[in-house]
Amino acid sequence: MKALAQNRRHPFAGVVLLVLGLLLTGGMYALASTMNQAQAATSGTSYSAQDISEGEKLFNANCATCHGFDAVGTEDGPTLVGVGAASVDFQVGTGRMPMQMQGPQAQKKPAQFNDEQTAQLSAYVASLGAGPAVPEDEYLDTDHEDVNIARGGELFRVNCAMCHNAAAAGGALTRGKFAPGLADVSEKHIYEAMATGPQNMPVFSDANLTPEDKRDVIAFLKTIEANPSPGGAALGSLGPVSEGLFIWTAGLGILIGFMVWLTSRSS
Amino acid sequence: MSTTTEYSAATRTGRISNFVDTRMGVSPMVKEFGRKIFPDHWSFMFGEVALYSFVILLLSGTFLTFFFDPSMAHTTYEGSYKPLYGLEMSVAYASSLDISFDIRGGLFMRQVHHWAALLFVAAMSVHMLRVFFTGAFRRPRELNWVVGCLLLLAGLAAGFTGYSLPDDVLSGNGLRIIDGILKAIPVVGSYISMFLFGGEFPGYAVIGRLYVLHILIVPAAILLLIVVHLFMVVVHKHTQYPGPGRTNDNVVGYPVGPVYAAKAGGFFFIVFGVISLLAGFFTINAIWNYGPYDPSPVQAGTQPDWYIGWFDGALRLMPGVLGDFSFKWDIPFPWGVNSIPLGVLLPMIPVGILMVGMIVWPWIERWVTRDDREHHLLDRPRNAPFRTAAGVAGIIFYCVMWAAASSDLIATHFHMSLNDVLYILRFLYFAGPIIGFIVTRRICLALQRKDREIALHGREAGVIEMTPAGEFRERHEHLSDYELYRLVGFENRRPVPAQPGKDGKVSGLEKQRAKLNKWFYEERVEPVTRDELTAARAHGHHDAVEADHGAHGIDR
Repeated sequence: MKALAQNRRHPFAGVVLLVLGLLLTGGMYALASTMNQAQAATSGTSYSAQDISEGEKLFNANCATCHGFDAVGTEDGPTLVGVGAASVDFQVGTGRMPMQMQGPQAQKKPAQFNDEQTAQLSAYVASLGAGPAVPEDEYLDTDHEDVNIARGGELFRVNCAMCHNAAAAGGALTRGKFAPGLADVSEKHIYEAMATGPQNMPVFSDANLTPEDKRDVIAFLKTIEANPSPGGAALGSLGPVSEGLFIWTAGLGILIGFMVWLTSRSS
Repeated sequence: MSTTTEYSAATRTGRISNFVDTRMGVSPMVKEFGRKIFPDHWSFMFGEVALYSFVILLLSGTFLTFFFDPSMAHTTYEGSYKPLYGLEMSVAYASSLDISFDIRGGLFMRQVHHWAALLFVAAMSVHMLRVFFTGAFRRPRELNWVVGCLLLLAGLAAGFTGYSLPDDVLSGNGLRIIDGILKAIPVVGSYISMFLFGGEFPGYAVIGRLYVLHILIVPAAILLLIVVHLFMVVVHKHTQYPGPGRTNDNVVGYPVGPVYAAKAGGFFFIVFGVISLLAGFFTINAIWNYGPYDPSPVQAGTQPDWYIGWFDGALRLMPGVLGDFSFKWDIPFPWGVNSIPLGVLLPMIPVGILMVGMIVWPWIERWVTRDDREHHLLDRPRNAPFRTAAGVAGIIFYCVMWAAASSDLIATHFHMSLNDVLYILRFLYFAGPIIGFIVTRRICLALQRKDREIALHGREAGVIEMTPAGEFRERHEHLSDYELYRLVGFENRRPVPAQPGKDGKVSGLEKQRAKLNKWFYEERVEPVTRDELTAARAHGHHDAVEADHGAHGIDR
């Protein structure tokens, strides 16, 4: 305590205090924001009549304002007849729907419905017309014996990297739209995004990328996500821009510090 | 028998030195060079950083050449990196991957090489800015400024040829843009492109050719230019900041031996250490992400290395159409229609102007100011408001293009529309340099006025005193003569009106020059004269006596 009291007027005391404060608030925020994350197993793909009727109730209460009763669509939202369960599961499961506000595209946010409710909504919308279903677990299994990561990488670079960046770090589209980064997106949601083409994404139907192809892409994404960059900190995997920024700030900054030090006792 | 006995040293070191000296006559050289004085200031060390980065580039680059194979032949990758295993790719890319994953220390050396390349050009750029803003390019150093400009351009060439070698999608896209720019040149463009790529892009030749340029011609040119550059530094002697005892006829500082040599030698290892730390902890150019080059995909976040960014940005800023007006002109010729893609050609014009303007600036300034004297004392940037403002305008112009190269990342990271980012940058492209020029000039003049104020009346001490008569006044602390020198000891530049030529007439060009010159100097702050200073001091002293406060620090 005595040392603490003695050093309280040290030139770095303010800096230390600031760092401690930031660490404390940041840590508390991180703790608070992960506590409410829902954890539940994926429900099966067959829906009961009970699910459908519960789903309809939820839909009428939360979605019909924009998508209309019976999901026929209004001026504010498109019809959902025929979009399929996969689309609902993706949009609601990633928190994009219900939309926070009208904008260039729906943004990801904490999901507003739990897994059961999401499944009920999916069941209801799927009952209105045929569409892509929630994928079967077999196609989400990245450890499957037929998985070829290198092929998945090639498919990703040819089909996805132009918007999502080669390292899946995301990228810009026109007029405020963007392709999000793909880290921390579940296997199921990646699959559903490919199958249904949410927001500005094109649809990669089974004729275009077979379910096995999609599984390869997912396996590739999960591989590069799980393995840290071999070269050290990846600087956001954004390529030459972040590298340039880094050399101008950190690189030159450190060297200027040394320069000032070397010439500090000069004539 | 000779009457003089040969000198024999007492120690072993002495004998070895004597052996070398009697055969090569080194001691006069060491004596001359070792006593060479260099002034000490941190801002003088950016050139050193560039030099050391270049040495590191040579060392790490040599390592890489042992393992890199610049062949565009097809091969199947069977190395350690699983996400690319079994893919068909060029030998160049496969060997780059092998360097990264299968050769001990290879990835580290690749990253050392690449970080050092970024630092090399960055340090050169900052060094150039330092030289520009302090006026160190003036006579007699104009030619060395040109050599420096050529070094910067050679650095860009070295960087770009190296960036293109790994043959991943990123580097291939860079080459594709070069191919596009070449093909945009009217009439001869497609021939030049075919010549460079040995056929239609991408062909099988370009990497081998770029490799030769990258490891032979360009480094040799840089090395030669560095030798000339340093030779001229020795001939001209180093410039120095103005200060008491520093004149145009002397250099105040440390001799090379031993102090400066030790500092410089140590600094080399500091630079090497910093680059090694960067290379050890931070990924650069993750070629394994980009995949083998294939002309069809382009990836989000495809950018050149930072120093080529402004070319890329200039292209991004240029609209392809403006309303109904297309920048692609189809011109019918007897042999068919030739297209002139102005959307690609026009952006290259300001880039060229900026480069040429940079090279010829010493002559522009010499012509406008009619100042052809030798200068070994540097300017404080504020004391040359016009030059400083012009430099800032140039920096802003460059930076707008530079920022435009990362328009997509600005859009995603600041949650803006990509289109809006481009509109804002297009506006700044034209307005930014003008605003920057005006604001910088005002700031420089204001700083000069502040200097003048401080020189005449001292610093406001923040202490309010009450005289016995009840009058309040603030105490002013006068500067020491040493501090004062910096504020008053600068050159008073006056406009030079139009001069008649040899035929006794004032030529039109001379009138233009005079107009520019007036623009340079029409607003200026004169340095404090001796009389003004004496008068101000007498006044201050008078006040102090009145106040009857002989406190230390007030007047003398």
